[in-house]
Amino acid sequence: MGKYIIRRLVGAIPVLIGLSIVLFAFVHLLPGDPTRAILGQHATAATVASLRETLGLDKPLWEQYLLYMGQLARGDLGHSVVNNKPVLGEFMTRFPGTVELTIAALLVAVGFGITLGRLAARHPQTWTDGAVTVVSLLGISIPIFVLGLTLQFFLSVRLGWLPTSGRIDPRLAIPTVTNFMLVDTLLAGRPEAFVNALKHLVLPAIALGSIPLAIITRITRASVLDVANEDYVRTARAKGLSERRVDGRHIMRNAWLPVTTVIGLQVGGLLAGAVITETIFAWNGVGRWVVQAISNRDYFVIQSSILIFAFIFLIVNLAVDIGYAFLNPRIRYT
Amino acid sequence: MTAPSISIPGRVEARHSRGLWRDAGRRLLHHGPALVGLALISLFLLAAVLAPLIAPFGPIEGKLVDRLQPPTGGHLFGTDLQGRDEFSRILFGAQVSLQVGVVSVFMGLVMGGLIGATAGTFGGRVDAALMRVVDVLLAIPGILLAIAIVAWLGRGLPQIMLAVAMTNVPLFARLLRGSLLALREADFVVAARSLGASRLRLLMRHMLPNALTPVIVAATLALATAIIDVAGLGFLGLGPPDPRTAEWGTMLTDSTRFLRAAPYLIFFPGLAIVITAVGFNLFGDGLRESLDPRLKR
Repeated sequence: MGKYIIRRLVGAIPVLIGLSIVLFAFVHLLPGDPTRAILGQHATAATVASLRETLGLDKPLWEQYLLYMGQLARGDLGHSVVNNKPVLGEFMTRFPGTVELTIAALLVAVGFGITLGRLAARHPQTWTDGAVTVVSLLGISIPIFVLGLTLQFFLSVRLGWLPTSGRIDPRLAIPTVTNFMLVDTLLAGRPEAFVNALKHLVLPAIALGSIPLAIITRITRASVLDVANEDYVRTARAKGLSERRVDGRHIMRNAWLPVTTVIGLQVGGLLAGAVITETIFAWNGVGRWVVQAISNRDYFVIQSSILIFAFIFLIVNLAVDIGYAFLNPRIRYT
Repeated sequence: MTAPSISIPGRVEARHSRGLWRDAGRRLLHHGPALVGLALISLFLLAAVLAPLIAPFGPIEGKLVDRLQPPTGGHLFGTDLQGRDEFSRILFGAQVSLQVGVVSVFMGLVMGGLIGATAGTFGGRVDAALMRVVDVLLAIPGILLAIAIVAWLGRGLPQIMLAVAMTNVPLFARLLRGSLLALREADFVVAARSLGASRLRLLMRHMLPNALTPVIVAATLALATAIIDVAGLGFLGLGPPDPRTAEWGTMLTDSTRFLRAAPYLIFFPGLAIVITAVGFNLFGDGLRESLDPRLKR
């Protein structure tokens, strides 16, 4: 097991290096000049040249790449060309927002997905099963932005049940400690603010969770049906075990494995989906920040934030694989 | 006393040799959901092809005095901020989605297919190196990769196609590689190899035809995702360079400010995207089940 983890970690290094080269090449080989983006169209040639020197853009590409890697190794991810703030600091203040949203979406997806999947599997080929199938089909086919806007219209604009956008009512003025709104409101000892933050979280979490919900529903249904047809399940029933016990001990324990794998695989997709969800709901997280960086042509923010995103993505996938190996004793570490 | 019945493999073989595709086609015709999917896809194709003939107005034709009109007889789906007919724009939008969706999936299929076929045929170091490239692509979450590509290459239909294609490359590369690696040791491939078939002949005649089934299914399902991704890029403001272009995602993002006043500007383009995606998803699933009768719904 230890060897397996080390081998997977080592295997991630070339991927990260490759990724850094690709991103570096993207920023430096393609049209568009960061200095122009910083100084604007009317800067004199002399100012442009001096800024190029400061940013190291006058050096040969390979040297620039090594300098960039050296910076990365020291934890310096560069500065925004728009407001000159360090990228890493900006990322860290926004990342909790994305994590909060992703966890909430995952809870929605797992909670409803597994319930619906089990429900459908318990009554196969009935109208319940059909309804669940339709829900999961729609979940996969409705883009996040269409679902998000529709939910916004019905539940916020029409019915006024939930807030349209943002992470919390700005008038509540919660002091930032962890940047996790739910945690910060509790730390401030303001239950009414906690409820407010929770209400802001509902719609984005449903919108973001819809696709994984559909996928988890499908897998749970298929997996439970698969196991339910096994001989040992028939044996368990034949020897007179209660349906509850058959379900809990004989079916679900064996049906879990594919479901957990798929749940793990969804985390990466959720991080990607957060980009769109945060944009719709004006959610102050990393995704919205990247989209803004793109429209501002904020080169270093784009380069570094995608690198961090990919790094997290790799770590999550690695954790999923290791967790899977841990859960499934039958897996071979070869 | 009757003689024990002996099954003759040859005869069984003969009865089953109607061909994979004919068998699959027959099953597909009896597959309800797949037929519904096919109908929805046809609706989408008809909208795209017949848009210039059946659309009551041009895609960029509108009078400001007519703006933000709710759905009526004159404007079936209402009008947008510039007074353009929403129904006509949705029909023309199907052209963009169809074009970008099909081209991007095809590009992804070719690029991913080449990588996967090379890796799966040669194996060993070539395989390891190519799969690391795929891992790099996989390390960037789909839509973010597409956003990055469009952000750097600039807005334009070719850029969007390439961006969405790139998100599909890892999928097709891994799929084809996996099937080919499994087939390398299949008896009929070993037999052909031992008869002296060249590597190219082995790949083209024996391995590829048997590896294509999952790829075709994946391509159908990828069309649904591609159309959603294209609309997603449009929604994020990275759609076609001409902001007047009737593109479903761009139409949605233009309308978000009027959620209260003109919700129909969200519903109709949204519905168009959903119907198309449902169509490809239903048909793709049906195709998968028809091609592999062991899969039960």
